[in-house]
Amino acid sequence: MAYNDKVLDHYENPRNVGSMDKNESDVGTGMVGAPACGDVMRLQIKVNDEGVIDDAKFKTYGCGSAIASSSLVTEWIKGKTVDEALSIKNKEIADELALPPVKIHCSVLAEDAIKAAVDDYRKKQD
Amino acid sequence: MKFPIYMDYQSTTPMDQRVLDAMLPWFVENFGNPASSSHAIGWAADRAVEKGRGQVAELIGANPKEIVITSGATESNNLAITGAARFYKEKGNHIITVVTEHKAVLDTCRYLETEGFEVTYLPVQQDGLIDMADLEAAITDKTIMISVMMVNNEIGVIQPVKEIGALCRSRKIVFHCDAAQSVGKIPVDVNALNVDLMSISGHKIYGPKGVGALYVRRRPRARVRPIIHGGGHERGMRSGTLPTPLIVGLGEACALAKQDMEAENTRLLGLRDKLLKGLTEPLTHVQVNGNLEQRVASNLNISFGYIEGESLMMAIKDVAVSSGSACTSASLEPSYVLRALGVGDEMAHSSIRFGIGRFTTEEEIDHVIKIVVEAVNKLRDLSPLWEMVQEGIDLNTIQWAEH
Repeated sequence: MAYNDKVLDHYENPRNVGSMDKNESDVGTGMVGAPACGDVMRLQIKVNDEGVIDDAKFKTYGCGSAIASSSLVTEWIKGKTVDEALSIKNKEIADELALPPVKIHCSVLAEDAIKAAVDDYRKKQD
Repeated sequence: MKFPIYMDYQSTTPMDQRVLDAMLPWFVENFGNPASSSHAIGWAADRAVEKGRGQVAELIGANPKEIVITSGATESNNLAITGAARFYKEKGNHIITVVTEHKAVLDTCRYLETEGFEVTYLPVQQDGLIDMADLEAAITDKTIMISVMMVNNEIGVIQPVKEIGALCRSRKIVFHCDAAQSVGKIPVDVNALNVDLMSISGHKIYGPKGVGALYVRRRPRARVRPIIHGGGHERGMRSGTLPTPLIVGLGEACALAKQDMEAENTRLLGLRDKLLKGLTEPLTHVQVNGNLEQRVASNLNISFGYIEGESLMMAIKDVAVSSGSACTSASLEPSYVLRALGVGDEMAHSSIRFGIGRFTTEEEIDHVIKIVVEAVNKLRDLSPLWEMVQEGIDLNTIQWAEH
């Protein structure tokens, strides 16, 4: 299968790879997917007092498109408010990376990862 | 070094230049139909075909009259299984095969179920080999045929064919063996193995694509009903004008394989051991799939824990290898062969089949080790699963959201 240049770029030079302390109150962690399905994404966000995402980190077990999708969303959500981040739809991710139909689930997973990370962050604020 | 480095020899092999040289005169200059018995142009083609047939027979210890030329191992498997099942259906309707067989065997058996045959699909042990006690226990008074491959295309393990042959002979059951991955690679003697029907492929042994053979035993005679009807070529078992250049190529490939087999196996085993050592020494959580001792020298099937196979393939794009099920690598399903071995999903996803062969060099092995080790380390740095395992978390205790 031939990969799109943007997928290859994110795959070869993934942005924002890493981990944050998931116990910090300003860090939200979202882990989605399952090893049995061949992809697991972990997205972490660090949110400041204004509700803006200061930093984002990811680690992904999965195909090149899954790695590229998660790398891309870390770029997109940095500097956005939590609500703005939540408005990112999987279709935008799939379009940006020109994902073929069999790889659409990677973009769905990336959208789910944002939601899961924000959920976790919000629970901590309650 | 030429890139990509070809390590997919179980999928197909490049044709040997010597094979091509032998074939070339039989396209334009000598174009005759081997069945044209009324003139010299036909006779010449017939002599070439019979020489090729003899070279195939010689490699497996058979009589040339026992070699039926086909379009390849898939057709040979179809002809053997369908043809024998239909011939012997008055005797019984039960066939035994194995879950890890090639699709050409499994799908043919599935088809025969629609014709009223009953098929037992035997499981394999964790090392990929069948348990002879299971096989014996599966035999009923209706069993007419047992079909077990000699060497598995994905994991390279060698089934206990001699024992299966002896069992079949003593119970008067036809024994078909798909030997596409073994003929030309390990010594095969049809009489020592008591095989009745055996499928052979041309392009797996540096010969041309589009040609193969079915060995059909004469004494005691094994019978097949034809599946292709026409002019009655190949003693009525396979009609169709014989492709002289392809048969010349198949014969030459067999002769070369026989001549070089012993030295080549020693060389390949050295290369494979080097590859295995080069991958397992610097990396942990690496697992060889299938029995390592009962295996052809040209195959190494390995899983790398906590990384995903497709991204690994992307990272090692300079190496042409197969991941997952070779024939269905476009799908996202883990290989059915690895599943039959009980390999866990996450290990099956990250399996790579390294297939080495006649043109693999030591320099290529060194380079592949370097690329693969770097790729695995890079992907593990990216993998949340790897991080969790390093922290001592048991992944089985996590509630995953399956999607």
